[in-house]
Amino acid sequence: MNNGDFVRQMPGGGQGIRSDRGLSQRLRIDIPMLVLLLMLCGVGLTVLYSASDSSSAAVLRQARYMSVAVVMMLLVAQVRPDVLQRWTPLAYVGCVVLLIAVAFFGVGAKGAQRWLSLGGFRFQPSELAKLVMPMAMAWYFSSHPLPPRWRHTLTSLVVIAIPTFLVARQPDLGTSILIAMSGLFVLFLAGVSWTFILAGAASILAAAWPMWQFVLHDYQRQRILTLLNPESDKLGAGWNIIQSKTAIGSGGFDGKGWLHGTQSHLDFLPESHTDFIIAVLAEEFGLRGVLLLLLLYGLIIGRGMWIAAQAKNSFGRLLGGSIILTFFVYVFVNMGMVSGLLPVVGVPLPLVSQGGTSLVTLLAGFGILMSIRADERLVHQ
Amino acid sequence: MPKPRQQLKNTQRERLIYRHRLMLSLLIVFLLTGIVVSRYTLLQIVDYEIYKTQSDRNRIQLLPIAPKRGLIFDRNGELLAENIPSYTLTVVRERVDDLDQTLAIIQEFVELSEEDIAQFYKGLRRRRPYQAVPLKFRLSEEEIARVAVNRHRVPGVEVDAQLVRSYPHGELFAHVLGYVGKISEREQERIDPVNYSGTHYIGKIGLEKYYEDLLHGTVGYQNVETNAHGRILRVLDSHDPIPGGSIRLHLDAQVQKVATEALGDKRGAVVAIDPRSGGIIAMVSTPSYDPNLFVSGISGTDYRALQEDPDLPLYNRVLQGQYPPASTIKPIWGLAGLYYGVVTPSTRIADPGWFSLPGGSHRYRDWKRGGHGLTVDLDDAIVQSCDVYFYELAYKLGIDRLHSFGLRFGLGATTGVDNTNERRGLMPSREWKQENRGTHWYPGETINVGIGQGFMLVTPLQLAVSTSVIASRGELRAPRLLAAVGDSPVHAPLMGQLEDVPEGAWETVIRSMERVIQGARGTARILGKDLKYSLAGKTGTAQVVSIAQGEKYDAEALELRKRDHALFVAFAPVENPEIAVAVVIENGEHGGSVAGPVARKVMDAFLLDTLAPMPEISGVSDE
Repeated sequence: MNNGDFVRQMPGGGQGIRSDRGLSQRLRIDIPMLVLLLMLCGVGLTVLYSASDSSSAAVLRQARYMSVAVVMMLLVAQVRPDVLQRWTPLAYVGCVVLLIAVAFFGVGAKGAQRWLSLGGFRFQPSELAKLVMPMAMAWYFSSHPLPPRWRHTLTSLVVIAIPTFLVARQPDLGTSILIAMSGLFVLFLAGVSWTFILAGAASILAAAWPMWQFVLHDYQRQRILTLLNPESDKLGAGWNIIQSKTAIGSGGFDGKGWLHGTQSHLDFLPESHTDFIIAVLAEEFGLRGVLLLLLLYGLIIGRGMWIAAQAKNSFGRLLGGSIILTFFVYVFVNMGMVSGLLPVVGVPLPLVSQGGTSLVTLLAGFGILMSIRADERLVHQ
Repeated sequence: MPKPRQQLKNTQRERLIYRHRLMLSLLIVFLLTGIVVSRYTLLQIVDYEIYKTQSDRNRIQLLPIAPKRGLIFDRNGELLAENIPSYTLTVVRERVDDLDQTLAIIQEFVELSEEDIAQFYKGLRRRRPYQAVPLKFRLSEEEIARVAVNRHRVPGVEVDAQLVRSYPHGELFAHVLGYVGKISEREQERIDPVNYSGTHYIGKIGLEKYYEDLLHGTVGYQNVETNAHGRILRVLDSHDPIPGGSIRLHLDAQVQKVATEALGDKRGAVVAIDPRSGGIIAMVSTPSYDPNLFVSGISGTDYRALQEDPDLPLYNRVLQGQYPPASTIKPIWGLAGLYYGVVTPSTRIADPGWFSLPGGSHRYRDWKRGGHGLTVDLDDAIVQSCDVYFYELAYKLGIDRLHSFGLRFGLGATTGVDNTNERRGLMPSREWKQENRGTHWYPGETINVGIGQGFMLVTPLQLAVSTSVIASRGELRAPRLLAAVGDSPVHAPLMGQLEDVPEGAWETVIRSMERVIQGARGTARILGKDLKYSLAGKTGTAQVVSIAQGEKYDAEALELRKRDHALFVAFAPVENPEIAVAVVIENGEHGGSVAGPVARKVMDAFLLDTLAPMPEISGVSDE
């Protein structure tokens, strides 16, 4: 059944393009974005099938997660931005409370405490923080004249620092960086002065050494050192990077073909379904495949930026802009770490890596974008 | 112009700034994407050949090489634990097309048990790529030959020669050395996966576990190139493993053997310590078991047999058996009396054959009806093991002083011996009673502690340690099995030194302990015959209040197991002690005549055996 058939059956459904707009508007869905996201999910499932040694069970499970996340996105899209804005302060406080609760009652594995267990249902408040952070910042700046004054800038840094710190000490360095960035993007888009940006950059550089000494865990230091010289630890931490670079490089331009990647199929590549899945894609589909994937991401990011730019008020603009820039950071950090550009910091390749939680968060973010888009079109009419 | 600044928002300006910033972001996004694209281009186009080769060479893999496990020697250089070659059938998953079919073919020429196959699948799940997974251990000569003939039918299946642990003395050192066994899943999570990537065995218990880090060594690796059939063509580069450290123990295999034979088929424990160094010369718990059974994976039947044996061969009595010290505690309480000034060597106590608390009517009886004479002094009390004397002494000292004095002899706390599963015994105190029984301490309970009964419990090791504290006149040393790692001696830490002991107090008590053996009324005078060195000792007979371990026994056995435990402690030579011995024989009844001779044989073997000249052990000196 094509879209047109569906539209004709709708009561009051008009004709041609205008009616199609009407429908997507009524459902508060951005069709181009939805199509692009579903295409990306399709790529994810295709690569996952190969990475999981042709396990249809793994693919079905992931497809189930994806459906849940897509439904979630569509539900979030139904919430109007002004409603979202109104509930933001409460959401922020609630999120901080949950993060504190994690510190006290959290459960976890491998030395990290990241989960709250509510009656058998496990839930990760740091995922919530990824959404709440840009909302809180957008809320704060939309109620103050822009560009922000120093006082507001400094206050907003506190807003960023609290959840960032709470997540960092779980410890979950990758997520805390993503959360901090989603807040800083709002600050940047709000027009914070360049003096401030330069001062911030300078102080981060100055803080690098004490961070290295006192804040990072041994394993995190090890990862950075391993990045600098993977050969130093061939069997241990360097293994992942050496093997993923080999997988990518040996793919060449054309790739070895779907299901024919030797690196992944002979189990050389660790975490091939999750954070390192891009190496499987690069090995099997070559640079050609990587470029097509990047094009897909580029279109999503372009569409997202366009939606953000069109938003009717500063809350929508700032929030939309931050969501889409953070999405890009995911892509950049993941592709960077797998190819040995950046240290390995547990960031998935959005919508392609296996796993349910980050999928829901990411698509919920796109739900917000769609809602902003729907709102803007209402105004235009 | 304050007014326009009051204006809430300048929407036009905000929009403009936002657009600028968004454009700038877009630029940065392009720039970073450019970096990613060039990175992947570099890897996939420019360095394609390099990675292509490397990917091919992945069929050529890094093979871990297990380090040789350190050897264990006794003080005279006799091997107690060695490594012998063993042949294992292994499978490299990557080189096998159809695993089920391959296993089926293998079964045609080598018998595989269900356990072999289950273990194999377990190993398969946690291996590195191209790592050979063991399928069957300890192939016989015939099996090796049959594999060789059939090998062309099963590519990827190999026979690996490996070194496995072997204990040439079998049962003799089982309790003290422990054994190695296959790495379990729980251990797998704990160990360094890299360092153990080539290792199948790990120390499970005893010294093997205690010194695992020392004995294991460091893994090496080899980069080997193989052809399509998985045959190794050449070694590209290799990094030798660092073998585990070989260790030398204070144990003396000869003495250990003599002690074991002296115990015979009795259930018991013997510990001998050099009081000068804390070095453990012998450590025997009988009955024992063959640790070699555990190395290759003990069968369910064998293991059940060991577990269900009423004599508890798996139970290390030296470290885990907890017994009332009975009369062997008397020299220590005698010292306590002198130390706290409660008695002097000439203090005499009336001995009607029983003792009553002031105002109490309960009579605490002596083991000897009618007592040991009208009055007894400390010497009589130790030599004849007079209970009444120690009832009164304990009463005068009180539990607090007994408790703290006992601790200084290493009682009621783990000795810190370098071995696993040591229990701490019990030196009771008011606090202990309150915490564990929920009531306060009764004076009558102090009376029982005075003769080493009641709540008081010691392990045979603690008994030997406390005896060596007497022998060394107050030095409390952590007992040590390890004498040296390679050529570097290891010193036992000094845990404490009993000072401010009244002049002559040590010699008073030690003289009495000598007369236990040589005095006409000594309880161990049987040992005095043909003695070629000076010997001080003390007998003990411990009542068996309850059956240890709560095992179910049949009536006849129960009768046997209700009999008293026989204890004996001793050291020699008296002037400059070289050995302190503790013997416990479960249900042996008579300390002097049953446990004493065992100790005597051990000391004879250590002090008189001239068959092998004793080389000076480095590391025994106190300084």
